[in-house]
Amino acid sequence: MAPLLQVSNLNAWYGESHVLHGVDMTVGEGETITILGRNGVGKTTTLRTIVGIIRERKGEIRFGGRDMLGVPLHKTAHAGIGFVPEERGIFSTLTVEENLTLPPVVAEGGMSLAEIYELFPNLKERRSSPGTKLSGGEQQMLAIARILRTGVRLLILDEPTEGLAPVIVQRIGEVLKKLKERGMTVLLVEQNFRFASRIADRFYLMDHGRMVADFPVRELPDRMTMLHKVLGV
Amino acid sequence: MTMIFGIPLQAFLGQLLIGLINGSFYALLSLGLAVIFGLLRVINFAHGAQYMLGAFAAMLMLQYFGINYWFALVLGPLIVGLFGALIERTMLSRLYKLDPLYGLLFTFGLALTIEGTFRYLYGAAGQPYSVPPQLAGGTNLGFMFLPIYRGWVVVVSLVACIGTWLLIEKTKLGSYLRAATENPVLVQAFGVNVPMLLTLTYGIGAGLAAFAGVLAAPVYQVSPLMGSNIIIVVFAVVVVGGMGSIMGAILTGYMLGIAEGLTKVFYPEASNIVIFVIMAIVLLIRPAGLFGRDA
Repeated sequence: MAPLLQVSNLNAWYGESHVLHGVDMTVGEGETITILGRNGVGKTTTLRTIVGIIRERKGEIRFGGRDMLGVPLHKTAHAGIGFVPEERGIFSTLTVEENLTLPPVVAEGGMSLAEIYELFPNLKERRSSPGTKLSGGEQQMLAIARILRTGVRLLILDEPTEGLAPVIVQRIGEVLKKLKERGMTVLLVEQNFRFASRIADRFYLMDHGRMVADFPVRELPDRMTMLHKVLGV
Repeated sequence: MTMIFGIPLQAFLGQLLIGLINGSFYALLSLGLAVIFGLLRVINFAHGAQYMLGAFAAMLMLQYFGINYWFALVLGPLIVGLFGALIERTMLSRLYKLDPLYGLLFTFGLALTIEGTFRYLYGAAGQPYSVPPQLAGGTNLGFMFLPIYRGWVVVVSLVACIGTWLLIEKTKLGSYLRAATENPVLVQAFGVNVPMLLTLTYGIGAGLAAFAGVLAAPVYQVSPLMGSNIIIVVFAVVVVGGMGSIMGAILTGYMLGIAEGLTKVFYPEASNIVIFVIMAIVLLIRPAGLFGRDA
C-alpha cells in the first residue's frame, strides 16, 4: 500500500536562501513519525513546506496519492492535513471556544466539541476567556484540540513540548497516544528525546536540509552514540 | 431663556445635534477604514470616493430609473460594494506582497480617478437630493426643532455601526476576520479561503462607505468632492481612535463629531481645526491611539 504521505526530492527556499536540499520521507497510515535534528537544519521548514505555507518549493509531495504541490494553502486542510505551529498560533482576539471552533471541519471522523472538552476539561472551564490568557500548556492543548475537531487524517506538530513543564509534556504524550489508538497519523518535530521515544514508531534524522537517517523506535538504543554526535546533546 | 455655560440652550443643543450627525458619518466611515486596515493592512484612500459613489448612485438611480431613497439605501451600498470587491480582486490583491505604501498609492490614485471622472461628467458644483417624503419635516422637541431626517441619520448609522460590530465580534465570519487579522497565513492553513475573505472585507468596507454616502445625500449636496472633503477628517478620527480598533473607530467618530459641534458653540473660529488639534495631542500622549493596542 502506498504511504499516506510521500515526500520525494523536496527542495524549498526562503527568498534567496535554499533551505531544503532534496528531502525524502514517507509517513504510513496510522504511523507516528518524529523528525530529529539540530536547530536550523530545516525541520520546521520541512513541516511548513508540506503544509504549503512555504510556497517556493520543488519536488514531490503526495498525500493520499494526490499531488499537493499545486494545491492552494486553504485547500491543504480540506485534503486532510492539520497543522499545529511551533508558536501555537492561539488568537488573542478570540475566546477559547472561538479558537477551538475556528478551523473548519473538513471530514467526518473528527471529535465533537463535547468529546474534546472531556479530553481537555481545562478548556471547557475557560471557554469564554481570551485564548492567550491560557497558560502555555493550556495553549498547546488548545492548539492540538482545535485540529482534532476537523477530521484531518494527518496531524503535523512542530515541537509540541517546547518550553512546557514535565507534567504537561506527559499529558500531551497521553493525548497523542490516545490519538494514535484512534488511528490518527502524526508527524512531529521534537527536541525532547524521551518524549519522542515514548510516542514515535519511526524517526528521521535531519541534517543540512535533508534526511540523513531513518530508523524504527526499537533501533533507538543502538543509535544513541551516533545521535549524540549528530545532535550534539 | 435657559443658558448653559453662558450659551443659549437652544444653540447648544442645536450644535450638539449637528455634531452628532457629523459624528455619525465619521463613525460609519472610520469603521469601514478600520476594518479594511485591520485585515488588508491597506490604508484605503479611496474610502471618500466610495462614499461619494454611494451618494451619486442614489441620485443617478432616482434620475434615470426613478428608484427611490429606500431602495437606494440598499442598492447603493450593494453596487459600490461589488465594485469594491472587483477592484480588490483584480488590482489591489496584487499589491499585498509589496510594501504597504503601494496599497496606499493605488487607492489614492483610484480616488483621484473616480473623483476626476465624476467632476468631468457632473461638474464640481453640488446637486440636491431631496429628503424622502416619509422623513420630511421636523418635530418640535420643546427645547429645539429637530428635522426628522437628521434624527433618522443618527439612529440608522448607530444601528449600522452596532450591526457591523456584532458581525465582527459575535459571528463565525467575524471570528475568521479577527483571526485572519492576527495571523492570515495560519487561518488559511486551517482551510479558510483568506483571499476570498479579503475581497469580502474590502467589499463590505466600500459598501459601508456608500451607505454613509446615500445617508448623506439629502443632508449635504451630492458632489464629486464630497468624499475628499470628509475623508481627511475621517483619517484623523481613525488615528485618534487607533488603527484597527473597530469599537475605537465608532466611539471616536461620535466623540469627535460632538467635540467639533460644541467647539462651534464656544469658540467657532477653532471648529475646523479642533479635530486635528485633538489628533496631535493624542499622538503625543498615546501614539497608538485612544483604543489602539501598542504595537
